[in-house]
Amino acid sequence: MTPLKETEIQVLKIIEKNANLGVAKIAKMMGRSEKEIQQVIYDLEDKKAILGYSTLIDWAKVVEHEEVTAMVDVKVTPARGVGFDKVAERIYRFPEVKAVYLMSGAYDLSVTVNGKTMMDIGKFISEKLSALDSVLSTTTHFVLKRYKHDGFILEDDDEDDKRIVVSP
Amino acid sequence: MSKKSFVSKNVENLKPSGIRRFFDVAAQMEDVISLGVGEPDFVTPWNFIEQSFHSLEQGYTSYTENAGMIELRKEISTYLHGNFQLDYDPAEQVIVTVGASQAIDLALRAVVEPGDEVIVVEPSFVAYVPTVSLAGGTPVTIQAEADNEFKLTAEAIEEAVTPRTKAIMLCNPNNPTGTFLTKEELEPIAEVIEKYDLVALSDEIYAELTYDASYTSFPSLAGMKERTILISGFSKAFAMTGWRLGYAAGPPDLIAAMVKIHQYTMMCAPTMAQHAALEAMKNGRPSVRDMFESYKQRRNFIVTSLNEMGLDCPNPGGAFYAFPSIKATGLSSAEFAEQLLHEEQVAVVPGDVFGESGEGYIRCSYATSLKQLDKAMDRMKRFVESRTPKR
Repeated sequence: MTPLKETEIQVLKIIEKNANLGVAKIAKMMGRSEKEIQQVIYDLEDKKAILGYSTLIDWAKVVEHEEVTAMVDVKVTPARGVGFDKVAERIYRFPEVKAVYLMSGAYDLSVTVNGKTMMDIGKFISEKLSALDSVLSTTTHFVLKRYKHDGFILEDDDEDDKRIVVSP
Repeated sequence: MSKKSFVSKNVENLKPSGIRRFFDVAAQMEDVISLGVGEPDFVTPWNFIEQSFHSLEQGYTSYTENAGMIELRKEISTYLHGNFQLDYDPAEQVIVTVGASQAIDLALRAVVEPGDEVIVVEPSFVAYVPTVSLAGGTPVTIQAEADNEFKLTAEAIEEAVTPRTKAIMLCNPNNPTGTFLTKEELEPIAEVIEKYDLVALSDEIYAELTYDASYTSFPSLAGMKERTILISGFSKAFAMTGWRLGYAAGPPDLIAAMVKIHQYTMMCAPTMAQHAALEAMKNGRPSVRDMFESYKQRRNFIVTSLNEMGLDCPNPGGAFYAFPSIKATGLSSAEFAEQLLHEEQVAVVPGDVFGESGEGYIRCSYATSLKQLDKAMDRMKRFVESRTPKR
């Protein structure tokens, strides 16, 4: 891996906080031309430093939306030569799985699973996840409420500007 | 019999702040985007606040030493050494004050005798002239030239010096212009100050917010430490305006004089704020860095936008203000600000409230979210287009 240039890191820091700015604004913020910034972004995409652009949505605000999230602690048997990677791959290929991390401590993999209902998730864990040969055990925790996600506070009523309108 | 006024002549003669008048109008209006705010839009970093909570829980609710907690003065001394290569003895050369504002007041009262002249470089922070008057001094204003990007020159000081001149107020980077002076630009100023044996009151509250070149603290220049009172605080770079915490560092006799006034008029700076500042000094670096990056991006954004809409705006080297010329519109500063506020609900501060050389300019603070800045620039562009002939 070649180290990134200073400009590239700056662009990443800006779009990490807001991917919706657009090239023109980012260029203005950095005092560079739009063409230059566009190229930087293409390069970062090619290098897979930028994997994609998603939007953080508070689905709790959407009444029609049904979704349950569970974090599953998974103990597995690592395979010779490939360690945990192969079994992690077997798990992350499932579309129900939103995230997989290898953990230190009491269990091996932390798996985040989304489903429409608790039943759906229960079904996925018992029929798919636990059924894998290398999976020894699972402990499932359902998410009851999200307060902060990826650095964003979900119910933040305190965001209004409390400063006086004009000050020296 | 007509009622006689009990208000002292000295106070009665102070000019009311031009900012205040403007604030009253803007505060009444709906949906105003304010670029008139001279303070960070960031809330104080959480660890500073949390440390203050903790200190209260521990029962730190009494006075501190007059000059401020020695732990805090030590941290300030270390900070000044690490960032600006300055050596101040925390026991004798540092005082913690209620904002940099109080440090300015104390410094002037410690230095000025009745009738002494104090040079103030305009456009300037609105408090300098009145605080000189309140200290019994005579403010002598000199105008930094727009043609020279509002940079103070040694010649301008020399023209204003009289046998009664005692001190000069400096502010680098400058509020309202954002002008930043480099070491090379400060050196001739230091020479004049030495030549006429003046005291320099150096307001360096925006020192951390310099974007393009490294910062030179005024007392670090040859011969200046013995005759400079360095004034700074936690309001700007540390986003702690409401905590009211500043400090001054300088020669032991001057700091002792300031402590003397301070102990009779203030006792000490608020204890819970001092505890928050202690955390800011110890562990504040990452937060300061993040805010700095954000200001720099917004500066680039606003300066490009202003120039694009036809308002000539040199790149300000520091603080969080852009100071564009509005001469292309044919309006005065006050007209521009008032009409912009009423037609587009954007508040800016007319440049003339900071001194006569500010006429023809407006101060736009970019300590506002990028989203708001973006909206403000769109509105301002529409306004400017309506006032300038089609090219």
